[in-house]
Amino acid sequence: MPDTLLGSRGRRTSTLRAAVKRGSVQGLTTHKLGCIRGERAVFAGLDLALNPGRALLLSGPNGSGKSSLLRVLAGLLPPADGRIDWEGVDIADDRDAHRARVAYVGHADPLKPSLTAAENLFFWAGLYGFDPDIEPALFQFSIEKLADVPVRYLSAGQRRRVTLARLALGQNSQAGPTLWLLDEPATGLDAGAVSMLANTILAHLSNEGVAVISTHGGRLDELLADHAERFDMREQTP
Amino acid sequence: MIGIALLVRRDLRLAFRGGTDAMMGVIFFVLAAVLFPFGVGPDAAILPRIGGGIIWVVALLAALLSLERMFAPDHEDGSLDLLYLSPVSLTQLALAKAIAHWLTSGVLLLIAAPILALFYNLPDTALLPLLTTMLLGTPTLSLVGAIGAALTLGARRGGVLLALLLLPLYIPVLIFGAGAVDGAIAGRDIGPQLMILGGFLLAALALAPWATAAALRQAID
Repeated sequence: MPDTLLGSRGRRTSTLRAAVKRGSVQGLTTHKLGCIRGERAVFAGLDLALNPGRALLLSGPNGSGKSSLLRVLAGLLPPADGRIDWEGVDIADDRDAHRARVAYVGHADPLKPSLTAAENLFFWAGLYGFDPDIEPALFQFSIEKLADVPVRYLSAGQRRRVTLARLALGQNSQAGPTLWLLDEPATGLDAGAVSMLANTILAHLSNEGVAVISTHGGRLDELLADHAERFDMREQTP
Repeated sequence: MIGIALLVRRDLRLAFRGGTDAMMGVIFFVLAAVLFPFGVGPDAAILPRIGGGIIWVVALLAALLSLERMFAPDHEDGSLDLLYLSPVSLTQLALAKAIAHWLTSGVLLLIAAPILALFYNLPDTALLPLLTTMLLGTPTLSLVGAIGAALTLGARRGGVLLALLLLPLYIPVLIFGAGAVDGAIAGRDIGPQLMILGGFLLAALALAPWATAAALRQAID
């Protein structure tokens, strides 16, 4: 590793650490986290710290490792190096507990075209043990009129709303996920839906939740600005 | 257990809504088996001789046909990530998928088999043995097939690779399945063959879901 890179990492770490309450280990922290895809190091030596009630907005060009970082944090991808802690405890110590606290929204919409929007949500609610009453979640993203329409006939933006309504399902349940990992959640959403998403995320943060969100700027960034740290992945790419 | 029931119900509903996709296996089963008599000629002595073997070979190929799509749709649309993150373990997922596959392929083959036995002029004494071997053998095909389907996830030309991987593993089931039907026609005791087929099923039930889960973990990255 060249010294200059280590230097830039050091500075970045100190600025983010400043936001953390001193003397207590809370929320999400990573220590010298590294990720390798194929033969290439996507990022290395990543130190992040995020308090409950705060969001982390990841920015950076395509291929800078935003999605990889989110997948590593979710436990979908094993880190090549380093450690992830939740409230000071390594997540590798109890994988089941970590899975139970993660809500992950990826690029694709995990919806079955031949099932209706309600059937899709109902299935995920049942599997995750969420409250089976999906009505409030449908209203939260204003897709209540689409509930009985097969997902095949929905537009890209409407499908995204159905995917995001899953977050609301967890939010409306007892002991829902506390760590939200959202990979460019606003893709394909209109201005109204972006506000609904921002409100959902803000409600989650006000409930002492934590969110890591990759974005390319835009309205979601502005709406979350007061409750979020920013992190540029560009500075981490070796 | 609730998780397994939910997954099976979803897969059955998807197969039902998918319409022709789910019926493809059984249609192939009937069409392919019907073609053979045209090829070998309508000799009343030959057809019962080869009938049991052909029905078993075609059933095996029909089961293989729908295996490629066992995990692929969930892998493509990101559902597999969410299934992994859910409280349901990958082992339970593997078992649920194998059950759903058997219900949408094996059971349909079982229903169609008596009709084919008629085409091949199989004696009445062979019908019950044929159905019994298929009842024991087709769940094994689904369980072992799930390992192959999980291993070939994300591979290009996965279908060819899947056949290469699985056909050698399917051969023992084929030998004892077809052997039992032949034995029943010849009037021999088929108890040993049925017990071996039952043993295969129990071994597959105990081992295959874990192997499938390990292969699925590799596919999630």
